[in-house]
Amino acid sequence: MRSDLADFELRAPQGLADALAMVEAGCRPLAGGTDVMVMLSAGKLAHRRWVDLWSVGELRGIRVEGDAVSIGALTTYTELRAHPVVVHDLPMLVQAASETGGVAIQNRGTIGGNIGNASPAADSPPALLAYGAEIELVSKRGARRVPYDAFHTGYKQTVAAPAEIIARVLVPRGGADRVHFYRKVGPRRAQAISKVCFAACGAKDDVKIALGGVAPVPLRCHEVERALLAGDIEGAVAALGRAIAPIDDVRSSARYRRRVAENLLRDFQATLARRP
Amino acid sequence: MPVASIGQSVPRKEALAKVTGRARYVDDVVLPGMIHGVTVRSACARGRIRAIHFGDGIPWDEITVATAKDLPHNVVALINDDQPALADGVVNHPEEPVLLLAHPSRALLEKARAAVRIEVDPLPAVLTIEDALAKKAIVWGEDNVFKEYWIRKGDAAAALARGDVVVVEGEYATGAQEQLYIEPNGMIAQVDAGGAVTVWGSMQCPYYIQKALMKAFDVEAPQARVVQLETGGGFGGKEEYPSMIALHAALLARKSGKPVKIVYDRAEDMAATTKRHPSRTRHRTAVTKDGRIVALDIDFVIDGGAYSTLSQVVLSRGCIHAAGPYDVEHVRVRARAVATNAPPHGAFRGFGAPQSLFALERHMDAVALRLGLAPEELRRRNFIRHGQTLSTGQVVRDDVDLAAMLDRALAASEWHARRARFAEENARGGPVRRGMGLATFLHGTGFTGAGEKHLASIVGAEGTEDGRVRVLAASTEIGQGTNTIFAQIAADALGVGYDDVEIATPDTRDVPNSGPTVASRTCTIVGKLVEAAAASIKAQLLAGGVLAEPYDAAAFRAACARFVRERGTLRATVQYEQPRDIQWDEEAFRGDAYGAYSWAVYVAQVAVDLRTYEARVEDFWAVQEVGKVIHPVLAAGQIEGGVAQGIGWALFENVVWKDGRMANDRMTDYIVPTSVDMPPVHVVFDEMATGHIPSSGGPWKNGPAGAKGIGELPMDGPAPAIVNAIADATGVSVTRVPATPEAIFDAMEAALG
Amino acid sequence: MADRIGFRVNGQPCAPAVHPMRRLLDVLREDLALTGTKEGCGEGECGACAVLVDGQLVDSCLVPVAQVRGREVTTVEGLASGEKLAAIQQAFVEHGGAQCGICTPGMILAAKQLLDRVPRPSEAQIREALAGNICRCTGYVRIFEAVVHAMEHEPATRGARRP
Repeated sequence: MRSDLADFELRAPQGLADALAMVEAGCRPLAGGTDVMVMLSAGKLAHRRWVDLWSVGELRGIRVEGDAVSIGALTTYTELRAHPVVVHDLPMLVQAASETGGVAIQNRGTIGGNIGNASPAADSPPALLAYGAEIELVSKRGARRVPYDAFHTGYKQTVAAPAEIIARVLVPRGGADRVHFYRKVGPRRAQAISKVCFAACGAKDDVKIALGGVAPVPLRCHEVERALLAGDIEGAVAALGRAIAPIDDVRSSARYRRRVAENLLRDFQATLARRP
Repeated sequence: MPVASIGQSVPRKEALAKVTGRARYVDDVVLPGMIHGVTVRSACARGRIRAIHFGDGIPWDEITVATAKDLPHNVVALINDDQPALADGVVNHPEEPVLLLAHPSRALLEKARAAVRIEVDPLPAVLTIEDALAKKAIVWGEDNVFKEYWIRKGDAAAALARGDVVVVEGEYATGAQEQLYIEPNGMIAQVDAGGAVTVWGSMQCPYYIQKALMKAFDVEAPQARVVQLETGGGFGGKEEYPSMIALHAALLARKSGKPVKIVYDRAEDMAATTKRHPSRTRHRTAVTKDGRIVALDIDFVIDGGAYSTLSQVVLSRGCIHAAGPYDVEHVRVRARAVATNAPPHGAFRGFGAPQSLFALERHMDAVALRLGLAPEELRRRNFIRHGQTLSTGQVVRDDVDLAAMLDRALAASEWHARRARFAEENARGGPVRRGMGLATFLHGTGFTGAGEKHLASIVGAEGTEDGRVRVLAASTEIGQGTNTIFAQIAADALGVGYDDVEIATPDTRDVPNSGPTVASRTCTIVGKLVEAAAASIKAQLLAGGVLAEPYDAAAFRAACARFVRERGTLRATVQYEQPRDIQWDEEAFRGDAYGAYSWAVYVAQVAVDLRTYEARVEDFWAVQEVGKVIHPVLAAGQIEGGVAQGIGWALFENVVWKDGRMANDRMTDYIVPTSVDMPPVHVVFDEMATGHIPSSGGPWKNGPAGAKGIGELPMDGPAPAIVNAIADATGVSVTRVPATPEAIFDAMEAALG
Repeated sequence: MADRIGFRVNGQPCAPAVHPMRRLLDVLREDLALTGTKEGCGEGECGACAVLVDGQLVDSCLVPVAQVRGREVTTVEGLASGEKLAAIQQAFVEHGGAQCGICTPGMILAAKQLLDRVPRPSEAQIREALAGNICRCTGYVRIFEAVVHAMEHEPATRGARRP
């Protein structure tokens, strides 16, 4: 443990309004801690003042609101996996949750924390993009909704203002009978950070495709979608090649990521084609 | 007489402590007045230290600072004594310790550590085997070579030039591997007013540490007491490096006047401590068209890192194992250990043999392919048998039947049926391709050649006041079951129950030097001494008139207690004597390299996904002959755990180097198998009828009940079996480990283009 | 900045005065002298630090102690009743589930969470439940056996609702 706790502050809010006031005053939101506490242990946590959201009930809970599932930011992966509507309507979200860390991480990691941490290699974002999710941001001033495919603007950069936190994630329903294709490719079968993540949801007339690990942000691929819908698989592969910008890092190589992304696209297309 | 313990899976001696959380590892121990220590390390691979700056904002006057100048002898004593405990004027590898800091607050120490700036004028560094051999810079000695050995049997050059042979060449490489014991390294040291040092910690070899303390601090043995605490894994990674940490903690304890604890966190442990030696092996093999190997010409090089440490011994074992379990008339092996500016590489289960055996067993498949022979058939035509000679000229005395072991492994794995099925399925062109691969190998028990003679290990036993017998040995329990098997061996030799035997904590004050807990020697070499010491206790009781045969355990306990009460002590001490039929010439590197060998045939079934290039081991069979199995569950546990580490080395465990430093120094980025990555592992022990040696007419006499070494054997087989299976599945030859998906992808692309 | 954080450990109340962001792992090991929970990596990768919070497995190196206020924490020290081991502990003893023992506390708690929720898990469920606990010694084989043995020897009323 390389940090000096005397340098840090963790404030306990009395409810959401109090928490938002603390955020406005410069505290960053702490959810389950599965990213922040790793940085703290490593002596690499740059931000010093935190507000503890763990007990803020307004940020919890999964509700069905008409055509959408409204998922509280503090929903854990375990809770996602267990919720019958999520299981039925949003199987890629369940799959992403079950492939994030192991049981102990799933019991503590939250969807809001995962989105807010804004890692391009995160497991849930591609599934959320492929489902056309929306993010509800909230601050002392009120709430607003942002389409998730406009949320990430650059490496670890989002449209959220410093005084805003993620309150809920809204995911449209109605796709249970479509093809849900989610593939996380990591270095091993569990407890792994993804090298390439591919999520696609669709049918022959409508498809959404998103990838993680191949760009500075989780990436929705509109041009690829258009080519696929036009029946042009090679065009789709070429569009994918233009859309992604994978890198060499300690985990993998750019050329491997590029080829695997392409292979997964072809695999998705073949899966789609096999549907009656 | 109670039921014999040997052969039973008795509960491990420390099982209760381990499952209740009561077992005490070094970081669980707190001494009164204890403070903490941290190590400040070089970021540079090689250079001259120009200055050391202590940054502002730190209360330096509160902090104990120790440098090389504070040591009477700045050396970590091991073999060549070329490694300093603290860098003095020059640094030779990233993470090299330069100075030490101690203070009650770990938080302050971290800030202090970060506030030290070591100014280094860089020198050209050598970071690969190729650059070391090419002498891009001279970083050690005159030519960067720590050691060179040659094996010469027959005339390989002439055999390779024969007209009736096919010559097959190949080059193979293995990467570094991090031991990744789940308990990081740690030591606590205390120095008393008279200068006597006591060190407690996580370790495999208390007497190595004692020797290092004695040398560095110029003290005699009674002033350098070393006590092993419960140790959470070692695998060789805690063979030599703990001496460094012990010296550091002791130095800070001396300077501060307080007990000092140094515990590494995971990042420091991964980046700074030893790893398996990377290797490069070149093979040139002369084989007749009907598959008889006539000559093996092998060039074997290992990367030892910046200081010689144990590299010559790793080299020795790798060299001797390079020709494998085959009857080959002509063998030439040139083996070199070279220096680079990486942190020194060190002991890791297998100790050179996994490296050379990977190359050999992968090459055997290449030879088979060239001849159009099935890989198992090539092995079968070349297996060594009793009476034939290994590469050092050693005559095989085991009545080993590798062909029968091969048959057993092929039958258990349904080799022929599965390969046929996979060939058919693969031909249909789906995204997943399956294959089977095998490896056949051997592993020598104990120290090489005259090593055991030089160690001259000692074991003691003593009676206790309550009539039990306590074994006194420096062999450490590190999870492999030392405490348990010693108690079984002693119990049977004494004629008492397993619970009537205690194992003393390895404390140099109390136990004699039984040698290090390494080299698959603990059960066989030291266990044999335990047996003898126990037998001596029994003999003393019989001769002393307090015990008569036949007796039961209760009678023994009464007799023992009475003897101790009446005479004060009941003690036996025995020392290793090398059997006269083990003859080794170190100069010529010829003769009986090891007292015994264990033998194995391993088979892997692998699936390769052509979409992601991931190879997955779906099933695994491990058939081995290790003499008598003392404890079936512990023995199987050694094989299963070794196979898991072998699978990790083969597929997952990639050390990413950046400027000589491990860049992926976190468990997030250094990948070992989880429970969902492991295949079923089918373990078969082929106990040769009685471990029968025809010439001696009885069980192999030099191990207790005929037991041979087991701990390292399972490390040798998985990697070549798996990489052979990948080739079988895909037709693509991978020649290095780890065979990560990226490496498989690159090999496939290369094969196409 | 120290608060009194009140929670329960192994059935006993405690209220250490500690920084709210202090790792639960450090509070257990250092402030409460419960050293059965181990630190293997500090990154939430190895599971050696795993404990149960309200019956749920968590990596205590990742939990700020403030977040267990009012909760029930179970460590390995809380499993046995005096000298009587829990079935899962006994199974580890009998089946070689522990070699060096450093992963054992976390591994046993992971197994406990599984068996508390899924009385008769399949092999795949056992593997998945333990995937966040790294063992370097055993290759997991005898750990699986221990879990299977424990599930076969748990009383049938385990986890059942009482009328």
